[in-house]
Amino acid sequence: MPDRLNNVMTWVKVCHLTDILPLGARTIPARKGEIAVFRCGDDSVFAVLNRCPHKQGPLSEGIVHGHRVACPLHSWVIDLETGEAVAPDIGCTPKIPTKVEDGVVFLGVDDA
Amino acid sequence: MVPLMLPTSRERLVVVGNGMAGMRTVEELLKLDHARYKITVFGAEPHPNYDRIMLSSVLAGEKQVDDIVINPRAWYDDNGIVLRADDPVVAIDAKARTVTSRSGLTVSYDRLLIATGSRPIVPPIPGLNLPGVCAFRDIADVDTMISAAETYKRAVVIGGGLLGLEAAWGLKRRGMEVAVVHLMPTLMERQLDEAAGKLLQRDLTERGIAFFTDGQTEEVTGTDRVTGIKLADGREAPADLVVVAIGIRPDIALARAAGLEVNRGIVVGDNLATSDPDIFAVGECAEHRGAVVGLVAPIWDMAKVCAHRLAGGEDMIYAAQATATRLKITGIDVYSAGQLAAGEDEDEIVLRDARRRAYRKLVLRDGKVVGTVLYGDVTDGAWYFDLIRRKTDISDIADRMILGQSATTGGNGPAEVDIASMPDDMQICGCNGVCKGTIVDTIKAKGLDNYDAVKAHTKASASCGSCAPLVRQLLAATLGIEVSASPIPTACKCTDHTHEDVRAQIVKQKLKTQDAVRKAMAWKTVDGCASCRPALNFYLLCAWPGEYQDDSRSRFINERAHANIQKDGTYSVIPRMWGGTATAGELAAIANVARKYDVKEIKITGGQRLGIYGIKKPDLPAVWSELTDAGLVSGHAYAKGLRTVKTCVGLEWCRFGTQDSTSLGKQLERLTWGNWTPHKFKMGVSGCPRNCAEASIKDFGVVCVESGFDLLVGGNGGIELRGTDKLCHVATEAEVLEYCAAFMQLYREEARYLDRTAPWIERVGIAYVRSRIVDDAAGRKALHAKFLHAQSFLQDDPWAQRANQGIDATEFKPLAALV
Ligand code: SRM
Ligand SMILES: Cc1cc2nc3c(=O)[nH]c(=O)nc-3n(C[C@H](O)[C@H](O)[C@H](O)COP(=O)(O)OP(=O)(O)OC[C@H]3O[C@@H](n4cnc5c(N)ncnc54)[C@H](O)[C@@H]3O)c2cc1C
Ligand code: SF4
Ligand code: FES
Repeated sequence: MPDRLNNVMTWVKVCHLTDILPLGARTIPARKGEIAVFRCGDDSVFAVLNRCPHKQGPLSEGIVHGHRVACPLHSWVIDLETGEAVAPDIGCTPKIPTKVEDGVVFLGVDDA
Repeated sequence: MVPLMLPTSRERLVVVGNGMAGMRTVEELLKLDHARYKITVFGAEPHPNYDRIMLSSVLAGEKQVDDIVINPRAWYDDNGIVLRADDPVVAIDAKARTVTSRSGLTVSYDRLLIATGSRPIVPPIPGLNLPGVCAFRDIADVDTMISAAETYKRAVVIGGGLLGLEAAWGLKRRGMEVAVVHLMPTLMERQLDEAAGKLLQRDLTERGIAFFTDGQTEEVTGTDRVTGIKLADGREAPADLVVVAIGIRPDIALARAAGLEVNRGIVVGDNLATSDPDIFAVGECAEHRGAVVGLVAPIWDMAKVCAHRLAGGEDMIYAAQATATRLKITGIDVYSAGQLAAGEDEDEIVLRDARRRAYRKLVLRDGKVVGTVLYGDVTDGAWYFDLIRRKTDISDIADRMILGQSATTGGNGPAEVDIASMPDDMQICGCNGVCKGTIVDTIKAKGLDNYDAVKAHTKASASCGSCAPLVRQLLAATLGIEVSASPIPTACKCTDHTHEDVRAQIVKQKLKTQDAVRKAMAWKTVDGCASCRPALNFYLLCAWPGEYQDDSRSRFINERAHANIQKDGTYSVIPRMWGGTATAGELAAIANVARKYDVKEIKITGGQRLGIYGIKKPDLPAVWSELTDAGLVSGHAYAKGLRTVKTCVGLEWCRFGTQDSTSLGKQLERLTWGNWTPHKFKMGVSGCPRNCAEASIKDFGVVCVESGFDLLVGGNGGIELRGTDKLCHVATEAEVLEYCAAFMQLYREEARYLDRTAPWIERVGIAYVRSRIVDDAAGRKALHAKFLHAQSFLQDDPWAQRANQGIDATEFKPLAALV
């Protein structure tokens, strides 16, 4: 993540890709709040804070489609690539960097 | 002293009234000449400029105040406009060319624009100053109504015109009991003819609004707060809130005091100048050629002309046009324009369709349309309105045109609007005066590809929103996307196919997976969306029982977790209590779970059973395990499937009971639990026509009588109240079970996903359902058999599967914590 150049980030292994069902999500408790890790239909993996910008709905429980998830509480759609709500709604949930190597999912964690 | 000729010296424009007319004029002016004036706006309300029309939607809970702001404060800043909100002008000195505001500020002007709008008419009756009485004009009124609806129960609206009915509907939506008092025999008599007014009254009565027509209010009663109203003929109605909506009167007090010529409104010429050439007036406060206005469409025309004049132009003049009216009550479509009834030299054509509750009327004179009234299906309103405004000669099509544009010009049915054949200058958005050509050109010029962008750039459908479907169609047509203009909705935006198409092709082409459907039917997305995936999952499950593998990731969280998600992210657990009964052991198990997991609340639900609230997701399997051990199964309180079967005590205990309704209810529940349906499905069985189990608002209801059982279908006690239709009478319990299963199967196979039985039956008609279930015995038995076949796969308790068999285990387990 280029905007994190000032901080040191480490990659932390969290699970195997297969621990998450396709079009599914898992949650991870973390210091800054629960994180939701999504596996999309094309096996790309995204992570965001598990909190909808609308009223804190747990995004991990939403329906995943494309690179998006529909919040389970009032159906806002969040773009997982950016963490932004899809128009006409406005809001953003923090994104956490992810990578998948040899079927293992890593999250980028700040050392700050 | 500052020298007089500053290089920046601009003319000063002062605007009185920060409402729709005033700010639209300023917007138009800025477009023409951004630099000419230094603008100061005075507003009596403490808000930025907002869309007054949408107050109805705010009251009905469909929009928030923030959603209806047209120009936020930043807009004033960005355009160098000084806004003095909450500071009304109290005097105009036309000689000195100054205005003075309540706060004492005096500002000079070179040009003055008066746009003070109207004030609600207050009738001369006692009691109107009591707390709990308000009008329906501004945000403050809406706030009064919303807070009254939170604390109080009963509302009376005085006035059965457009505004009064929208107020009544909004208050009803907010849970109040609402009565409308109207002076005339029929509603909205200024916009609707008698027939349409009566239809409207019937539909609103069915939605639970009471009416006192021919009612003249004599007094509003109460001492510390309103308690009710009294009518001249002696009728009375109790009320905790009284809304007065009997009309509006142009607000001309300031202008009159300033010596301007006034009549009903402030008199303006075709150039919108008042009797003082430097003072202009626009909007509801203005009177042009003897007429005042009360709708935004003519106001937008005034704004254009006035801005042109303020910018120094001299050729545009304002000419009044015919206006059209639409009532903004969700689900009730009423449209009228021009003349409502035929006079001496005129003809009327009327079309009634009682089953679809549709009505339309055209008034013709000399081979031209001069008026129309539409009820129920208003898709052709824009077309008729266009013919009226253009004074088109329609002699050739007069005999067919009542059927609508497509039937007349050769489309495939009365409901279609032919976008392609519309002329470019045909007005699409009446509120904002936007024509087809403008929309199409803007879409092309700016490369717009979505509805919101079109709305933002053209303002089409940005006011009352009723032309939104047309705007969407135009967008699709311009982009060259194939859209069926038919009102049958597509399954979702990922496809152009209707639900019916999709269901038919699944069977015909033997499509057995979601991917297969999406591929065969040219879906626009790879894995669908949150709307179509659950629908496809259900359609496949219904078409291929036992074969199709249910896809948990295509289910909404409640159905995936087999519990209802709550606002705080915890879940509720509601076990089945057959027919509303319980054993001591079952109650003990619920009590134990509640203690052990420290649940926040146990509640008797509206469905005659116990709900356990506030369980954390990871605890769900353990909770279920304990309940399962006591023999309890999922109550499917979260499912688009069988919910509850409410029963009354019936023959066993009740002195009026005619049959054993409790036992019959339990049998029905045992027969149908676990079933998935297009939307939730509820039943009720009452032991006699006193109907204590409310069978007549259920999807399937049974009312026991001495000779057997009356079967009722298509009721709904939810958002839109609908009483059941009677399906038939049967003699034995076995028949009740067979008819119920057959009915449920028909609903499963033919309704659109997310249609309750009520809207489905509204669409297909009870006669059709009877023809399949009652008249066709062989067909009924076949449906019954199919239902039982499906049940053989579905009646497997999902809680037991997850508690004890490890199904979907990852669903309930978080990953290990990050260190
Ligand atoms: C628990 C219960 C309220 C209660 O505390 O009593 C309830 C709770 C909910 N109802 Fe209800 N309804 C409950 C009885 C009703 C009833 C009364 C009845 O069934 O006799 C109705 C009106 C009757 C009807 O459906 O015709 C009712 C009409 C609705 C509607 C409107 C449905 C409609 O067709 O208009 C919704 C919205 C929906 O389903 O889309 C709804 C939706 C909901 C949801 C599921 C909202 C949601 O999607 O999360 C609520 C879950 C609350 C939660 O946090 O768990 N609930 N709901 C009742 C459960 C009964 C049960 O034991 O299963
Ligand atoms: C609930 C509701 C629903 C409606 N629905 C529709 C609809 O569906 N379609 C439609 O076409 N029309 C509808 N209308 C009518 C439409 O809103 C009005 O025609 C339009 O707002 C009139 O614009 P205006 O600028 O003349 O008046 P307003 O919008 O009322 O603006 C006048 C402003 O001037 C202010 N003012 C008054 N005196 C002073 C003063 N001395 N100093 C400073 N400010 C002052 C007022 O406070 C007000 O804010 C609806 C109206 C209401 C109330
Ligand atoms: S339980 Fe039903 S009525 Fe109550 S708030 Fe929830 S949805 Fe509305
Ligand atoms: S909390 Fe996510 S949409 Fe409301």
